Formats: sequence, structure tokens, C-alpha cells
Amino acid sequence: MKIHEYQAKQVLRSAGVAVLDGHVATTPDEAAKAYETLGGKIAVVKAQIHAGGRGKGTTKENPAQHGVQLVKSADEARKVAEGLLGKTLVTIQTGPEGKTVNKVFVEAGCNIARELYLGIVLDRAAAMPVLMVSTEGGVEIEKVAEETPERIFKEHFDPHFGLQSYQVRKLCAKLGIKGKSVRSADKFMRALCDVYVKYDCSMAEINPLVVTAEGELVALDAKMSFDSNALFRHKDIVEFRDLTEEEPLEVRAAEAGLSYIKLEGNIGCLVNGAGLAMSTMDIIKLNGGQPANFLDVGGGANAAQVTEAFRIILSDPHVKAVLVNIFGGIMRCTTIAEALVQAYKTVGFNVPLVVRLEGTEVEEGKKIIAESDVDIITADDINDAARKVVATLA
Amino acid sequence: MSILVNKDTRLICQGITGKAGEFHSKNCLEYGTNLVGGVTPGKGGEVVLGKPVFDTVAEAVEQTGADATMIFVPAPFTADAILEAIDAGIKTIVAITEGVPVLDMVRVYEIVRRSDSVLIGPNCPGVITSNECKIGIMPGYIHKAGKVGVMSRSGTLTYEAVWQTSSMGLGQTTCVGLGGDPIVGTSFIDLFKLYEADPATEAILMIGEIGGTAEEEAAAFVKEHVTKPVAAFIAGRTAPPGKRMGHAGAIISGGKGTAAEKVAALEDAGIAVAQSPGDMGEAVARAIKSKGG
Repeated sequence: MKIHEYQAKQVLRSAGVAVLDGHVATTPDEAAKAYETLGGKIAVVKAQIHAGGRGKGTTKENPAQHGVQLVKSADEARKVAEGLLGKTLVTIQTGPEGKTVNKVFVEAGCNIARELYLGIVLDRAAAMPVLMVSTEGGVEIEKVAEETPERIFKEHFDPHFGLQSYQVRKLCAKLGIKGKSVRSADKFMRALCDVYVKYDCSMAEINPLVVTAEGELVALDAKMSFDSNALFRHKDIVEFRDLTEEEPLEVRAAEAGLSYIKLEGNIGCLVNGAGLAMSTMDIIKLNGGQPANFLDVGGGANAAQVTEAFRIILSDPHVKAVLVNIFGGIMRCTTIAEALVQAYKTVGFNVPLVVRLEGTEVEEGKKIIAESDVDIITADDINDAARKVVATLA
Repeated sequence: MSILVNKDTRLICQGITGKAGEFHSKNCLEYGTNLVGGVTPGKGGEVVLGKPVFDTVAEAVEQTGADATMIFVPAPFTADAILEAIDAGIKTIVAITEGVPVLDMVRVYEIVRRSDSVLIGPNCPGVITSNECKIGIMPGYIHKAGKVGVMSRSGTLTYEAVWQTSSMGLGQTTCVGLGGDPIVGTSFIDLFKLYEADPATEAILMIGEIGGTAEEEAAAFVKEHVTKPVAAFIAGRTAPPGKRMGHAGAIISGGKGTAAEKVAALEDAGIAVAQSPGDMGEAVARAIKSKGG
């Protein structure tokens, strides 16, 4: 689960990680007021969306309006907020459709001496979280990793003990952080690693991490996401969830206990199991088609869930054919067959439907479909199913 | 012969009094698995499926001689259940539960690796040695005793592979679902070592997916240490970056963990890679043939 920058900074501030003063605003007037509250010097107005690259990104409505802008008066703050709120911001990470800006964050400026990068992720191979820092602040870390990997420095840490001071000193030596800034770095980095563990983060990224002219480390930007499997123990973080940032069909699917991801193609897929669902998308592509979605109904789905799955797939206007690929294990083919008949009656199929059933109760399942008045194309195996569904579009 | 489990394995189920635990314990019993009891804290003394229920794993081991466990407890309690099984000296721990917090697994992983126990999962379909012992949720009847060792990060896709190898008459020795989470107890490499040493396993099929680098690491290992024919398939060639594809571990992040990188590493190691999920059985046959089998 992702949260906004202003929310991440709330979390960081309460954990003792240095951030600048700032206020969130949903109207231009609020933004102007926030500017004044900050003391009326230099401030930055930042669009709050769940995507990076905001500084370089611009709104669809006005190519001169960037997602992050420096302001020097309340009037300017109001103007920038006006240019962002309710507008669609397109950045390198949003895709061409962009994201609507519903909030801006007005933050105090600071005297920047250096810009660094800092990020924490899980290193799966080492089975430990890893803190990564780089001298290349404000640049996408993937780009640094590709072009100048020698400028990235890493330290793994044990979640029980957290990051140790000697590890901070090692990193400081490599980053060229000296003198009293080392003490600031020690506080900053260790507190951030503690936050990562305390809240079950899956990613925490400070880019840029700034060393101020006064020698203090401050988080200029903050991006955090959380392990959705651990949200049960972080009710306070769940409160931060912003449903407007998520794909509505994906939210609806999650509510029904389905795993759905919308894609760009026109062949809808309904599959049981994540691996088989991914493979079904792959085999559609191999046969020259384009999958419209990833959909895993899971192992224990009931008829109501499967019916909802059909509804979700068919509510995507791009879907021109549907492929059902079920290998029954816990999931019985009869459950799928009954749901299919049910969905046919209640939802109505206006596109061709190719069905491949295998596994638990397959014969009974096929019989249910054969005895109903559902009009489907049956397939013998996964290859046959993919060929047939692509052929319906030819 | 087989790996990890066989007809002598003595199984308990942690969470046997729950709906899923009881249902799958019953299926395992019907398959012929030697289920000797179950554990649910607070329900010691009850009887489920004709088997005794204990409050602790330690008691279950003491009274039944169990050496394997199948874990069906809810995700928030799974780490605790795994640690309890290690503490009780259980040899093979199979955690079926989905949704375990990844930092719980960071903590558990360290302890498992230092112990004599093997942890399969979490978030996995389980382990099955054809005609001998089924621990998990896979449909037993698709498995045929044979010569292919199958290991996978996925559930139903494994059934697909098993189905294909059964239909082709190759059959399987032991099939292992490693689990779809970012951190799981057992890696492809751990199993390559076991399959390589198992005389009954004549070929190995590895089913991977996007996310992480487990397949690349396995490919490097195969190149150096595996003499048996190896085939592979990678799911998720069409998966968009940054999206979690059902499994918590199936995500391309920071441009890393793509199917293309994995396939390249596997092919470089001389592994027969199935281009389509419909051709996993074929790829195994191809691998066997190329090794003169």
C-alpha cells in the first residue's frame, strides 16, 4: 500500500526523522494560508499523487505547470495550487493518462548544500532489509544503478537490532559526510531504519536527502509503501489509504477477495492461481492476442465471487472476448461452471467466451455447462484455449 | 526414492481444528499420507479425523513421533507456528498459509537456516511424493509416480506441469511448491541439491516467475553442479512493472526481476526453457533427449 508524501512525512516526523515544516492544502486559499504559516519566505508547492517524477512532470491542462514549484509569496502559492488542484499531472511514472491532483503540500524551503539518495528495500536474496545510499541525489536510482553502480553503497541490517552506528560511519565515509554532519546522519539513518521495521514497510525512499548549509540531514522528498500482509497490525497506516489513487476495478475486485490487475489489451482472463493467471496472459500474447487483465479468483472462491469476477471483467469496455482457464485443485470445476451459468443469466455475455476446465470435478463441471443454455467455445488444453480465444477476434 | 517426504513420513497438522486444516488433512489421509495427529492450542484432548489433537507441537512429537508438519494457522500466527515446529525438532515444515508479513519471515528465516529443519513455504501448495505422501492442498489424482522432480513458486501452474508430465507418461518423483512470497524457507538451489542426489529423479522441472533473482541464482548453480536434465518455465512475460501479480513476490521492481532476464540466465545455463506454459512437459522431454536420455 502506498501513501502520499505529506503522510509519509507525518510518519517520519513522529519517529524523529528530520523533515521540513509543511501543511497540506486542498484549496488555493488553504495553500496561501499555509505559505504564511510557514513564515512567508521561500516555500515549495508539491502535488500529492502516488507517483514520482513530479518536478519534471506537467499538467495536461498547462504544459508550463510543473508538479513541484518554488513560490516566494502567498499569491504565488495560491496561483500554483490553482494550477495543480483538480488538474491531471503527467509524470514519467503515471503513464500518459496522468493522475488527478486532489491535494498539494506546501513545505518550507531550506539551504541545500548537497543532494543525496537514500532508500530502504527488502533484499530478497539476502532475506534482510538493505539501506542504500548514493551521491546521486534527485536522480532515479534505477538510472544510477545502471550507469554508475559504483556510486551506490549498501548496508544490510537485522530487524531485531536495527542499523548500527558503525554502519552509518562506513556510509558517511563513502558519501563524504564529515564533521558534525555524521552525528546528524547517525540519527537520521538509524531512525529511518527503525521506521521501516516498526511499520512493516516494503519501501522507504528519501530522494533527495539533503545536507543543508548548516550541516543537517533532512528528507526533502519521502516515498513509503507498506507490506499489505502486515496492515492488520498498523491500523494507523490503513487510515492513510487513498482510494482515489487506485484503479476502481482493482479496488472492487479486492473487496470481493479477488486479485485483479487491469491491462491494456482486449482479451479478458479468469483464472485460478497467480502463476497460472500470469501464464494465461503470456500464452495469449504468444498467440498474437493482448490480455485485458490479470485475474486470480484464488483457491477457495465461491460462486458469488466468481460471478463478481465475470462482472468486473465484462465492465471493462475494451474486453472483446473472455478466456476462462481453470485447473481445479481446491477450486472445483463445478463451482466455476455453476458461477458461469449464473453470470450468463445475471450479467449477460455479449462477447465470445472460451472455457478450458481441468482438475477436480471436471466432468461434472462440463456437464453443467453442456446442459445449460450458455453459449461457449470449449477448449481441450491451455494451448487450444489460447488459440481459440485469439481466433474469435480475427 | 524421493526427496523430503515418503511413505514413512509421520505428519501432524498445525491448525487441524480449523476448516481448511481439517478439510486438507482429510484429503491427505485419503491420499495415503500417514497423518498421526494435529495441534491447536487450547484444544488438546480433542479428536479430529480419528487423530489426537495436542496443545503443543512438543507434546505431539513426544506422543506420535511426528517428523513433519503442515501449517494452516492464520497468517498473523504463522511465524510463531513455524518457530514452535523448529523448537520441537520437526524435520520437514510445510507452511501453506498465505499472507504472512515479510518481516516475520526475515526473522524466521535466520532461525530456520541455523536449525536442522527444512521449511517449505509459506504461501505454497505443499509437497507430494507420488503414491506415497501428500502434504498440502494439491489435487492428488493428477500425480503419477515417475521420474521428474517438479519445483515451483506457484500452485495451479504446478498442477498444469504435473498434468502435462503425467499425460506424457513421464510422471513425477516429488513435487515441491516453494511458495509465492518474497522470502520462503527453501530455494530452488536447496532442492536442486536434493534432486541431484536422489537416484529416482532423472530430470528436473523448475517453474519460476517474475520478481527477485531466485531463478538467476538457480541457473548459475545448475551450470556448475547439476548433471541431470533440467527444464524450466517462467511465468509473467507480459506482466507490467511495479504491479504485484497475485503473489506477494511476483513483482518487477526497479526494472529488476523480469521474465526476459530470467529466461536469458536459464538458457545460458543450458536449461531447456518452455516458451509457452502449454509446453512444460515438452521441455522436460527435450531436456532428457539432449542429455542422451
